[in-house]
Amino acid sequence: MTEIIVVTSGKGGVGKTTTSASLACGLARYGKKVAVIDFDVGLRNLDLIMGCERRVVYDFVNVIQGEASLRQALIKDKRFETLHVLAASQTRDKDALTKEGVQKVLDDLAADGFDYIVCDSPAGIEKGAFLAMYFADQAVVVVNPEVSSVRDSDRILGLLASKTRRAENGERVKEHLLLTRYSPARVDAGEMLSIGDVEEVLGLKTVGVIPESPDVLNASNKGEPVILDLESPAGQAYDDAVARLMGETRPMRFTQLEKKGFFSKLFGG
Amino acid sequence: MGLFDFLRAKKNTASIAKDRLRIIIAQERSALGGHDYLPLLRRELLEVIRKYVNVDVDAVRVDLVKDGEHDVLDISVALPDQRASAA
Repeated sequence: MTEIIVVTSGKGGVGKTTTSASLACGLARYGKKVAVIDFDVGLRNLDLIMGCERRVVYDFVNVIQGEASLRQALIKDKRFETLHVLAASQTRDKDALTKEGVQKVLDDLAADGFDYIVCDSPAGIEKGAFLAMYFADQAVVVVNPEVSSVRDSDRILGLLASKTRRAENGERVKEHLLLTRYSPARVDAGEMLSIGDVEEVLGLKTVGVIPESPDVLNASNKGEPVILDLESPAGQAYDDAVARLMGETRPMRFTQLEKKGFFSKLFGG
Repeated sequence: MGLFDFLRAKKNTASIAKDRLRIIIAQERSALGGHDYLPLLRRELLEVIRKYVNVDVDAVRVDLVKDGEHDVLDISVALPDQRASAA
Protein backbone atom coordinates (compact mmCIF):
# COMPACT_ATOMS: atom_id res chain seq x y z
CA MET A 1 0.00 0.00 0.00
CA THR A 2 1.39 3.38 -0.98
CA GLU A 3 0.63 6.26 1.34
CA ILE A 4 0.52 9.69 -0.30
CA ILE A 5 1.32 12.55 2.08
CA VAL A 6 0.95 16.19 1.06
CA VAL A 7 2.95 18.82 2.93
CA THR A 8 0.99 22.04 2.60
CA SER A 9 0.26 25.33 4.38
CA GLY A 10 -1.33 28.00 2.22
CA LYS A 11 1.11 30.62 3.42
CA GLY A 12 4.62 30.74 2.02
CA GLY A 13 7.83 30.59 4.01
CA VAL A 14 6.52 28.54 6.92
CA GLY A 15 8.73 25.51 6.25
CA LYS A 16 6.95 23.25 3.76
CA THR A 17 10.04 22.30 1.81
CA THR A 18 12.17 21.94 4.94
CA THR A 19 9.46 19.67 6.33
CA SER A 20 9.03 17.65 3.12
CA ALA A 21 12.77 17.01 2.92
CA SER A 22 13.01 16.00 6.57
CA LEU A 23 9.92 13.77 6.50
CA ALA A 24 11.17 12.02 3.37
CA CYS A 25 14.63 11.43 4.88
CA GLY A 26 13.12 10.35 8.18
CA LEU A 27 10.83 7.80 6.55
CA ALA A 28 13.70 6.47 4.45
CA ARG A 29 15.86 6.18 7.57
CA TYR A 30 13.16 3.88 8.98
CA GLY A 31 13.70 1.70 5.92
CA LYS A 32 10.72 2.86 3.89
CA LYS A 33 10.86 3.31 0.14
CA VAL A 34 10.13 7.00 -0.37
CA ALA A 35 9.68 9.42 -3.26
CA VAL A 36 9.51 13.14 -2.56
CA ILE A 37 8.05 15.31 -5.30
CA ASP A 38 8.38 19.07 -5.73
CA PHE A 39 5.08 20.50 -7.02
CA ASP A 40 6.36 24.08 -7.11
CA VAL A 41 6.81 24.34 -10.88
CA GLY A 42 8.80 27.43 -11.81
CA LEU A 43 10.20 27.93 -8.30
CA ARG A 44 11.84 24.65 -7.47
CA ASN A 45 13.72 24.42 -4.20
CA LEU A 46 13.36 20.93 -2.85
CA ASP A 47 16.46 19.89 -4.83
CA LEU A 48 18.53 22.51 -2.97
CA ILE A 49 17.25 21.53 0.46
CA MET A 50 17.89 17.85 -0.37
CA GLY A 51 21.35 18.75 -1.73
CA CYS A 52 20.86 17.18 -5.16
CA GLU A 53 20.50 20.33 -7.27
CA ARG A 54 23.43 19.47 -9.52
CA ARG A 55 22.05 16.08 -10.35
CA VAL A 56 18.72 17.23 -11.81
CA VAL A 57 18.62 16.17 -15.45
CA TYR A 58 14.93 15.53 -16.00
CA ASP A 59 12.05 16.79 -13.90
CA PHE A 60 8.41 16.15 -12.98
CA VAL A 61 7.09 18.07 -16.01
CA ASN A 62 9.37 16.14 -18.38
CA VAL A 63 7.83 12.91 -17.09
CA ILE A 64 4.26 14.21 -17.35
CA GLN A 65 4.85 15.39 -20.91
CA GLY A 66 6.45 12.10 -21.91
CA GLU A 67 9.91 13.62 -22.54
CA ALA A 68 11.57 11.37 -19.99
CA SER A 69 10.72 8.19 -18.14
CA LEU A 70 10.02 8.23 -14.42
CA ARG A 71 13.12 6.10 -13.89
CA GLN A 72 15.27 8.70 -15.68
CA ALA A 73 13.84 11.58 -13.68
CA LEU A 74 13.96 10.07 -10.19
CA ILE A 75 17.13 11.23 -8.44
CA LYS A 76 18.52 8.64 -6.09
CA ASP A 77 19.55 10.09 -2.76
CA LYS A 78 23.22 9.61 -1.83
CA ARG A 79 22.48 8.96 1.83
CA PHE A 80 19.56 6.57 1.68
CA GLU A 81 19.27 3.76 -0.83
CA THR A 82 15.45 3.86 -0.73
CA LEU A 83 14.96 7.62 -1.09
CA HIS A 84 14.23 9.31 -4.42
CA VAL A 85 13.65 12.93 -5.38
CA LEU A 86 11.54 14.18 -8.29
CA ALA A 87 12.43 17.80 -8.97
CA ALA A 88 10.04 20.45 -10.25
CA SER A 89 10.67 22.11 -13.57
CA GLN A 90 12.36 25.47 -13.27
CA THR A 91 11.47 26.71 -16.75
CA ARG A 92 7.83 25.77 -17.32
CA ASP A 93 4.81 27.43 -15.79
CA LYS A 94 2.47 25.70 -13.40
CA ASP A 95 -0.09 24.89 -16.09
CA ALA A 96 2.32 22.21 -17.28
CA LEU A 97 0.95 19.99 -14.51
CA THR A 98 -2.29 18.15 -15.27
CA LYS A 99 -4.46 16.03 -13.03
CA GLU A 100 -4.14 13.02 -15.35
CA GLY A 101 -0.37 13.48 -15.63
CA VAL A 102 0.08 13.69 -11.86
CA GLN A 103 -2.15 10.67 -11.35
CA LYS A 104 -0.10 8.62 -13.82
CA VAL A 105 3.17 9.45 -12.03
CA LEU A 106 1.66 8.58 -8.63
CA ASP A 107 0.20 5.33 -9.98
CA ASP A 108 3.53 4.37 -11.53
CA LEU A 109 5.34 5.03 -8.23
CA ALA A 110 2.76 2.91 -6.40
CA ALA A 111 3.23 0.10 -8.93
CA ASP A 112 6.98 0.38 -8.36
CA GLY A 113 6.47 -0.47 -4.69
CA PHE A 114 7.00 2.90 -3.03
CA ASP A 115 5.75 2.95 0.58
CA TYR A 116 5.43 6.71 0.82
CA ILE A 117 5.09 9.55 -1.66
CA VAL A 118 5.68 12.97 -0.10
CA CYS A 119 4.19 15.83 -2.14
CA ASP A 120 5.82 19.19 -1.42
CA SER A 121 3.10 21.74 -2.18
CA PRO A 122 3.74 25.27 -3.42
CA ALA A 123 2.32 28.15 -1.39
CA GLY A 124 -1.06 29.56 -2.32
CA ILE A 125 -4.23 27.77 -3.31
CA GLU A 126 -3.78 27.61 -7.04
CA LYS A 127 -3.22 24.74 -9.45
CA GLY A 128 0.10 23.44 -8.12
CA ALA A 129 -1.18 23.42 -4.53
CA PHE A 130 -4.46 21.87 -5.63
CA LEU A 131 -2.73 19.05 -7.54
CA ALA A 132 -0.29 18.42 -4.69
CA MET A 133 -3.18 17.76 -2.32
CA TYR A 134 -5.72 16.19 -4.69
CA PHE A 135 -4.54 12.56 -4.46
CA ALA A 136 -3.36 12.69 -0.83
CA ASP A 137 -4.25 10.12 1.82
CA GLN A 138 -2.72 12.23 4.58
CA ALA A 139 -1.89 15.90 4.91
CA VAL A 140 0.74 17.55 7.05
CA VAL A 141 -0.33 21.18 7.43
CA VAL A 142 2.70 23.25 8.39
CA VAL A 143 1.83 26.17 10.65
CA ASN A 144 3.82 28.94 12.32
CA PRO A 145 2.30 30.09 15.60
CA GLU A 146 1.35 33.40 14.05
CA VAL A 147 -2.01 34.83 12.92
CA SER A 148 -1.68 34.84 9.13
CA SER A 149 -0.25 31.34 9.00
CA VAL A 150 -3.01 29.96 11.24
CA ARG A 151 -5.73 31.62 9.20
CA ASP A 152 -4.30 30.32 5.90
CA SER A 153 -4.04 26.84 7.39
CA ASP A 154 -7.72 26.88 8.18
CA ARG A 155 -8.40 27.72 4.54
CA ILE A 156 -6.24 24.79 3.46
CA LEU A 157 -8.07 22.47 5.86
CA GLY A 158 -11.31 23.52 4.19
CA LEU A 159 -9.89 22.64 0.78
CA LEU A 160 -8.58 19.29 2.01
CA ALA A 161 -12.10 18.48 3.16
CA SER A 162 -13.72 19.42 -0.14
CA LYS A 163 -11.36 19.55 -3.12
CA THR A 164 -9.52 16.25 -2.88
CA ARG A 165 -10.12 12.84 -4.40
CA ARG A 166 -10.93 11.46 -0.97
CA ALA A 167 -13.47 14.22 -0.32
CA GLU A 168 -15.10 13.54 -3.68
CA ASN A 169 -15.42 9.88 -2.70
CA GLY A 170 -17.03 10.84 0.60
CA GLU A 171 -13.87 10.03 2.60
CA ARG A 172 -11.50 12.26 4.53
CA VAL A 173 -7.86 13.09 4.11
CA LYS A 174 -6.14 12.36 7.41
CA GLU A 175 -4.95 15.76 8.60
CA HIS A 176 -2.08 16.57 10.93
CA LEU A 177 -0.73 19.87 12.19
CA LEU A 178 2.99 20.47 12.31
CA LEU A 179 4.04 23.57 14.20
CA THR A 180 7.34 25.06 13.13
CA ARG A 181 9.47 27.93 14.48
CA TYR A 182 8.02 27.36 17.93
CA SER A 183 9.58 29.32 20.75
CA PRO A 184 8.67 28.09 24.25
CA ALA A 185 10.21 31.23 25.79
CA ARG A 186 7.98 33.54 23.77
CA VAL A 187 4.93 31.38 24.48
CA ASP A 188 5.79 31.62 28.16
CA ALA A 189 6.04 35.40 27.88
CA GLY A 190 2.60 35.54 26.28
CA GLU A 191 4.06 36.71 22.98
CA MET A 192 3.32 33.64 20.89
CA LEU A 193 0.35 31.36 20.36
CA SER A 194 0.85 28.10 22.24
CA ILE A 195 0.40 24.58 20.85
CA GLY A 196 -2.91 24.40 22.69
CA ASP A 197 -4.06 27.74 21.22
CA VAL A 198 -3.36 26.64 17.64
CA GLU A 199 -4.93 23.22 18.19
CA GLU A 200 -8.01 24.80 19.68
CA VAL A 201 -8.45 27.40 16.94
CA LEU A 202 -7.96 24.89 14.12
CA GLY A 203 -9.63 21.94 15.85
CA LEU A 204 -6.78 19.59 15.05
CA LYS A 205 -3.99 17.77 16.90
CA THR A 206 -0.31 18.39 16.29
CA VAL A 207 1.86 15.59 14.97
CA GLY A 208 5.01 17.52 15.73
CA VAL A 209 6.39 20.75 17.10
CA ILE A 210 9.67 21.97 15.65
CA PRO A 211 11.44 24.52 17.83
CA GLU A 212 12.85 27.70 16.31
CA SER A 213 16.48 26.78 15.71
CA PRO A 214 19.54 28.11 13.89
CA ASP A 215 20.23 24.50 12.84
CA VAL A 216 17.47 24.73 10.21
CA LEU A 217 19.31 27.43 8.24
CA ASN A 218 22.63 25.65 8.72
CA ALA A 219 21.06 22.48 7.33
CA SER A 220 19.65 24.19 4.26
CA ASN A 221 22.97 25.94 3.68
CA LYS A 222 24.59 22.52 3.45
CA GLY A 223 21.81 20.76 1.55
CA GLU A 224 21.38 18.26 4.35
CA PRO A 225 17.82 18.02 5.70
CA VAL A 226 17.83 19.05 9.36
CA ILE A 227 16.42 15.68 10.47
CA LEU A 228 19.85 14.19 9.70
CA ASP A 229 21.35 16.34 12.45
CA LEU A 230 20.35 14.31 15.48
CA GLU A 231 22.31 16.61 17.77
CA SER A 232 19.88 19.35 16.94
CA PRO A 233 16.54 19.78 18.76
CA ALA A 234 14.87 20.56 15.41
CA GLY A 235 16.26 17.34 13.93
CA GLN A 236 15.08 15.30 16.90
CA ALA A 237 11.67 16.96 16.81
CA TYR A 238 11.32 16.04 13.13
CA ASP A 239 12.31 12.46 13.92
CA ASP A 240 9.57 12.35 16.57
CA ALA A 241 7.06 13.67 14.04
CA VAL A 242 8.01 10.99 11.51
CA ALA A 243 7.64 8.27 14.15
CA ARG A 244 4.20 9.63 15.08
CA LEU A 245 3.15 9.69 11.42
CA MET A 246 4.05 6.00 11.33
CA GLY A 247 1.80 5.37 14.30
CA GLU A 248 4.25 5.49 17.19
CA THR A 249 3.39 7.41 20.37
CA ARG A 250 6.10 9.78 21.54
CA PRO A 251 5.93 12.59 24.06
CA MET A 252 6.43 16.15 22.79
CA ARG A 253 9.91 17.51 23.42
CA PHE A 254 11.40 21.02 23.28
CA THR A 255 8.01 22.57 23.96
CA GLN A 256 8.61 23.65 27.55
CA LEU A 257 10.74 26.50 28.73
CA GLU A 258 13.86 25.24 30.42
CA LYS A 259 13.80 25.91 34.13
CA LYS A 260 15.80 28.96 35.10
CA GLY A 261 18.17 29.14 38.03
CA PHE A 262 17.26 30.83 41.31
CA PHE A 263 18.90 34.17 40.55
CA SER A 264 17.47 34.62 37.09
CA LYS A 265 14.08 33.73 38.55
CA LEU A 266 14.48 36.35 41.24
CA PHE A 267 15.54 39.07 38.86
CA GLY A 268 13.45 38.05 35.88
CA GLY A 269 16.57 37.69 33.69
CA MET B 1 8.16 35.52 36.69
CA GLY B 2 10.71 37.85 38.27
CA LEU B 3 10.43 39.94 41.40
CA PHE B 4 10.54 43.19 39.43
CA ASP B 5 8.39 42.08 36.52
CA PHE B 6 5.49 44.22 37.70
CA LEU B 7 7.53 47.24 36.68
CA ARG B 8 7.36 46.23 33.04
CA ALA B 9 4.21 46.95 31.10
CA LYS B 10 2.47 43.64 30.57
CA LYS B 11 0.55 42.88 27.45
CA ASN B 12 -0.25 39.38 26.43
CA THR B 13 -0.35 39.62 22.66
CA ALA B 14 -0.77 35.85 22.22
CA SER B 15 -4.23 35.99 23.76
CA ILE B 16 -5.16 38.91 21.50
CA ALA B 17 -4.01 36.82 18.53
CA LYS B 18 -6.07 33.86 19.69
CA ASP B 19 -9.24 35.93 20.12
CA ARG B 20 -8.85 37.57 16.73
CA LEU B 21 -8.26 34.20 15.06
CA ARG B 22 -11.27 32.62 16.76
CA ILE B 23 -13.55 35.31 15.36
CA ILE B 24 -12.17 35.52 11.84
CA ILE B 25 -11.95 31.76 11.39
CA ALA B 26 -15.49 31.21 12.65
CA GLN B 27 -16.65 33.85 10.17
CA GLU B 28 -14.73 32.38 7.27
CA ARG B 29 -15.88 28.86 8.05
CA SER B 30 -19.51 29.90 8.02
CA ALA B 31 -19.01 31.81 4.78
CA LEU B 32 -17.09 29.13 2.93
CA GLY B 33 -17.15 26.08 5.06
CA GLY B 34 -19.63 23.69 6.47
CA HIS B 35 -19.88 22.52 2.90
CA ASP B 36 -17.86 19.36 3.33
CA TYR B 37 -20.86 17.36 2.23
CA LEU B 38 -21.45 19.31 -0.97
CA PRO B 39 -19.23 17.26 -3.32
CA LEU B 40 -20.81 14.04 -2.10
CA LEU B 41 -24.32 15.48 -2.34
CA ARG B 42 -23.55 16.60 -5.87
CA ARG B 43 -22.34 13.15 -6.87
CA GLU B 44 -25.34 11.38 -5.41
CA LEU B 45 -27.75 13.85 -7.03
CA LEU B 46 -26.06 13.25 -10.33
CA GLU B 47 -26.48 9.50 -9.97
CA VAL B 48 -30.19 9.85 -9.19
CA ILE B 49 -30.84 12.29 -12.02
CA ARG B 50 -28.98 10.06 -14.44
CA LYS B 51 -31.49 7.28 -13.77
CA TYR B 52 -34.06 9.42 -15.54
CA VAL B 53 -32.23 11.88 -17.78
CA ASN B 54 -28.93 11.48 -19.51
CA VAL B 55 -27.08 14.58 -18.29
CA ASP B 56 -23.40 15.54 -18.44
CA VAL B 57 -21.13 15.06 -15.44
CA ASP B 58 -20.92 18.82 -14.98
CA ALA B 59 -24.65 19.39 -15.40
CA VAL B 60 -25.36 19.45 -11.68
CA ARG B 61 -24.27 22.46 -9.64
CA VAL B 62 -24.64 22.60 -5.89
CA ASP B 63 -23.82 25.78 -4.00
CA LEU B 64 -24.46 27.14 -0.58
CA VAL B 65 -25.51 30.77 -0.89
CA LYS B 66 -26.16 33.29 1.80
CA ASP B 67 -29.45 35.14 1.51
CA GLY B 68 -29.75 37.67 4.30
CA GLU B 69 -29.79 35.61 7.48
CA HIS B 70 -30.51 32.33 5.75
CA ASP B 71 -28.32 29.82 3.99
CA VAL B 72 -29.83 28.67 0.74
CA LEU B 73 -28.85 25.40 -0.88
CA ASP B 74 -28.81 26.30 -4.54
CA ILE B 75 -29.06 23.29 -6.84
CA SER B 76 -29.21 23.72 -10.57
CA VAL B 77 -29.38 20.99 -13.18
CA ALA B 78 -28.74 21.74 -16.82
CA LEU B 79 -30.84 19.40 -18.92
CA PRO B 80 -29.49 18.35 -22.31
CA ASP B 81 -30.64 20.20 -25.39
CA GLN B 82 -33.77 18.41 -26.71
CA ARG B 83 -32.92 18.81 -30.38
CA ALA B 84 -29.32 17.80 -29.87
CA SER B 85 -30.29 14.64 -28.04
CA ALA B 86 -33.00 13.82 -30.59
CA ALA B 87 -30.56 14.18 -33.48
